[in-house]
Amino acid sequence: MEKYFHSVTLDKDKCKGCTNCIKRCPTEAIRVRKGKATIINERCIDCGECLRVCPYHAKKAITDSFDAINNYKYKIAIPAPSIYGQFKNAKSRNSILTALKSLGFDKVYEVAKAAEIVTEASKKLMSEKGLKRPVISAACPAVVRLIQVRFPALIDNLLKLESPMEVAAKIVKSEVVKENIFKPSEIGVFFISPCAAKVTSVKAPYEKEKSSVDGVIAIKDIYLKMLENIENQDSEGNLEQSGYEGIRWASSGGEGLALGTDKFLAVDGIHNVIKIFEEIENEELEDVDFVEALSCTGGCLGGPLTVENVFVAKSKLRTFIDSAKANKKTVSVNDPDKYEEHKDLLWTGNVSYRPVLKLDEDMEKAILKLEQLEVICKGLPGLDCGACGAPSCRALAEDIVRGIANETDCIFKLREKIRELTARMIALENVLPPVLNNRKEEKEGRETVTVKQTSL
Amino acid sequence: MGGGIIRKQYDIPGEDLAAAGEASSDAKKMLVQLGVNPFDIKRAAVSMYEAEINAVIHANGGKADVVISTESIKIIIKDEGPGIADLDLALQEGYSTATDKIREMGFGAGMGLPNIKRYADELDIQTEPGKGTVVMIKVYFS
Repeated sequence: MEKYFHSVTLDKDKCKGCTNCIKRCPTEAIRVRKGKATIINERCIDCGECLRVCPYHAKKAITDSFDAINNYKYKIAIPAPSIYGQFKNAKSRNSILTALKSLGFDKVYEVAKAAEIVTEASKKLMSEKGLKRPVISAACPAVVRLIQVRFPALIDNLLKLESPMEVAAKIVKSEVVKENIFKPSEIGVFFISPCAAKVTSVKAPYEKEKSSVDGVIAIKDIYLKMLENIENQDSEGNLEQSGYEGIRWASSGGEGLALGTDKFLAVDGIHNVIKIFEEIENEELEDVDFVEALSCTGGCLGGPLTVENVFVAKSKLRTFIDSAKANKKTVSVNDPDKYEEHKDLLWTGNVSYRPVLKLDEDMEKAILKLEQLEVICKGLPGLDCGACGAPSCRALAEDIVRGIANETDCIFKLREKIRELTARMIALENVLPPVLNNRKEEKEGRETVTVKQTSL
Repeated sequence: MGGGIIRKQYDIPGEDLAAAGEASSDAKKMLVQLGVNPFDIKRAAVSMYEAEINAVIHANGGKADVVISTESIKIIIKDEGPGIADLDLALQEGYSTATDKIREMGFGAGMGLPNIKRYADELDIQTEPGKGTVVMIKVYFS
């Protein structure tokens, strides 16, 4: 595998080399080169902002195709809670889960249920002393990667618990293995995902050696088939297990509300998350115990692999939350696996600072480069137009000192240079070789020069 | 080339709490690009931010000078505000002379100077009532 696996990639044929994505990227990870966007792998956090903003749909998320489930004898779907917001006409969660199962799965296990287990573990962990406040949720993988590249001082604030997706995969797999019919290698667990960053989490996890998930299928890839199933449904199975607290994780604020503390802050949208993290770094946030930070606007319901508009999805989700509330289904009660030791959910791996913004390994050289950078930056027009392929004038200056761009990549600098060159050419053109030097105006010119000199 | 030293000056606009913190945020970016250890960046950023906010809410702004070498960052925040009447008191946690309006906005909790004292390796405050205040902060890199 490559050093940095990323779900978010570029379809070169569709890319027009415009500046939409470079301006939107929260880690300045995209440059346009030779008319095409290129992603700087070390910087990409898989947030999917570029997927959303690209008018030509040239950015795509690599996910598994639905056919991948046929590599396994026993096929399990674990849908993200955000799936409940996708179908406006669905009457119940059971209807949606049945439609999913009848695509060809043997079993469906709600990630929402695992989310409730993670909530329990979070509560226990938070009640223990020694956690750095505010505790920051690690549920959103793009946010965890953002912290790695831009907010290293906040790594210790992360709540290092496995994600509901991982917990769901682990539980459901061990349940099926216990039945003693299928070998672990014959059981395939597929996450039904609203999220590109989750694909990266499965292929290249940071929290442990290997993910328990065998494949990730995008919600949008199976949406139409599921819609058809929902419309032609005769009966629905009893598949829903999770309470409303688990379902609510799909939306911004859901994880925080489930913790039962009023000292939590929920922020969504990667650029908003950055602002809040800056406040935390500056110690401006007081009286906040827990921060739920989600990369997508609206939370996972706004994920780049969903279909329904995030606000429509949110109102649909609310109907399911309300009906679960009406049925007094807070959480999946009397559930033995809910009481699993929370220590089992702790990360076995860890994340470390990825200093991708550093100008040089040697600090003395880095200082020289930063000095040059400041000087170059002052000479640039400051329009942040993006025509050079970098997201801002400062980013271009940074690229120049890193040796991957030139000052003349700036079209204004280039024009300045052309003008200088033109002036020099005109001046040269006026200077004639002595053998031809009998032009009248030239003589006059010289005379005026002589006159000036004498007048001095 | 200044022999491996970066100098930068910032204007700190007064009464503009929305823009407050821009200078420290820029200084923080430079430290990140220089590859300074995250904890030292945090110490420098928090102390500079607090001093910057103080200049905004108490002194109608001022100027910030930043000098970075391979060993340390020196931050000097100068203002022409009212000065600090009782410096010992101002260095105590929870002591604040900020108005209710400022407190409503989430500032003025009396943690500014104490926080700088906590994070900075060197702190020197020169203040003269009616004339202004100069805060010098130094953070050494580990």
